[in-house]
Amino acid sequence: MSDVLLSVENFSGAFRAADGRLTPVLHDVNFALRTGAITAVVGETGSGKSLTALSILGIQPATFVRTSGRILFEGRDLLTLGATALRAIRGRRISMVFQDARAAMNPVFTVGQQLAEVFRLQHGGSRDAAMAKAIDALRRVSIPEPERRARQYPHEFSGGMAQRAMIAMAALICRPTLLILDEPTTGLDVTIQSEIMELIVELGRSAGLTACLITHDLGVVAETCDAVVVMNAGRVVETGTAEAIFTAPQHAYTRKLLAASLLVPA
Amino acid sequence: MPLALMILRRLFWIIPVALGVVTITFFAARVFTGDPTELYTPPEATDELRAQIRERLGLADPLWVQYGKYLSDLLRGDFGMSFTTGLNVGADLSDRLPATLELGLVGMVFGVLAGVPLGVIAAVNRERWPDFLVRGVTLGGMALPQFWIGLVLIWIFFVTLGWLPGPVGRLPIGVNPPPLLTGFLLIDTALAGDGEKFRLALRQLALPALTLGLTTLAPVARVTRASMVEALQSDYIRTAIAMGHGRRVVWFRYCLRNALLPVVTLIGGVAGHVFGGAVLLESIFGWPGLGQYALQAIERSDFAALQGFVIYASLLYVLAFLAVDVLYMLIDPRMRTP
Repeated sequence: MSDVLLSVENFSGAFRAADGRLTPVLHDVNFALRTGAITAVVGETGSGKSLTALSILGIQPATFVRTSGRILFEGRDLLTLGATALRAIRGRRISMVFQDARAAMNPVFTVGQQLAEVFRLQHGGSRDAAMAKAIDALRRVSIPEPERRARQYPHEFSGGMAQRAMIAMAALICRPTLLILDEPTTGLDVTIQSEIMELIVELGRSAGLTACLITHDLGVVAETCDAVVVMNAGRVVETGTAEAIFTAPQHAYTRKLLAASLLVPA
Repeated sequence: MPLALMILRRLFWIIPVALGVVTITFFAARVFTGDPTELYTPPEATDELRAQIRERLGLADPLWVQYGKYLSDLLRGDFGMSFTTGLNVGADLSDRLPATLELGLVGMVFGVLAGVPLGVIAAVNRERWPDFLVRGVTLGGMALPQFWIGLVLIWIFFVTLGWLPGPVGRLPIGVNPPPLLTGFLLIDTALAGDGEKFRLALRQLALPALTLGLTTLAPVARVTRASMVEALQSDYIRTAIAMGHGRRVVWFRYCLRNALLPVVTLIGGVAGHVFGGAVLLESIFGWPGLGQYALQAIERSDFAALQGFVIYASLLYVLAFLAVDVLYMLIDPRMRTP
């Protein structure tokens, strides 16, 4: 298919213990992200969804090794790219929003500084211009008083505000083709969760972003996503459109997830 | 401004700390060493002469009277007279302080400037050969006593190779010091425009400073490594990499500053030791600093000198840890919001 932006093909991997023994954790993972769509990868903790996402950017834990498969992005296998080629893709082409944004931002630099430095890294320009872009990005994710907030440090942000700033950095400062969101709403209050999801959908639509949402929360998925990939114990058990997954789940595990999420009367 | 307030409050605390330290030293020295009159009296002296000398040394009064007199003198900035040098202890201390500070500063700056990058190199090459090398060398640097390292360096660079001068103090024997301005020979010779003496002083300083530097480098590199390894695994470093920052920027800009806090604490403690006079080091190199002065004061029950040194050393510790806390606040914004 020509409108596939990224495809994970037969991807398997394992954790290498100190004594060299391998513990397989990903088994033949296959899925594709269509251009312009929001695809959800859902599954319980430990299902391998985050590990797969981190592998796309080459930031998986050092003990994780690929045993087979490839990840194709615009025709190139990301898993075989060298450090320089990978750096050219990180942030610029594929960017990522992490869980727990307060911890994901550097505690000793102001939020504005961090955004501005990423902007200069990718688009160049003066410090002042970059800071102006940073403040502008904070404003666009509805952070009140962005000039003042830009001068604050991550620990002075609430979890929800920090996640907005993280999204501003990954989506607006980086302006990537593909945005991966790894459990972006986990740990936030329910009301804040829905605000953050609205923001993500809005930004995705307005910027024509392709997004991959990693989550264990099916409630989030139902309202926002176009396609769904269900993972369990390192395997993809079912893929389909959101509508198909929610109305006619094929796999027993998917049905169990749906029942547990209280979305559908069991 | 909370920073200025904190500094003021901590400086105020120097007073009770110094008072406590003086009191303990005053009584401990007298209780444990006994009457020093004998040390300063010829064996054949008569009892009258003995009593006279005791009177002269200020040891005839009851202990608490001596204590009261010492404190009131101290309040007027008078540290009392040294039994051995016959000079005011304040003058003695300020005479020797520059020697200790010059050696300490040069040695520590070298140790920190070499130790921090070595720690970073070890951390980013974790479990590979640069890491093993740094860890091996620094383990040696921590396990071997400072005086032994000093002796080995003297053996290598003076005795065997003859590249550097022997351990005879701050200038070669027979060379007159430059006009006294700061007491720092490197600065004073430079100000006097005396290039030859500057070179001589630098050569004398090289070995003791290298010894001190090596023993500072070892713990600094190890703490930097440990703290960098931890910071490298943090979420914010993963973010920096995901945003496309290069390795060096990630290591030295985003990671190192987070990893510096334990290093700063360590340096504060080391500074306390070093500027308090590295006794053995100064002895080996014939360095006329505070360490030698304190050692002599202990050997000869030179009460005023010993107390003066202890007051100075305690002030130094308080200031060193104050500097550590100020650096904490500068490095980590989370320390600024109480």
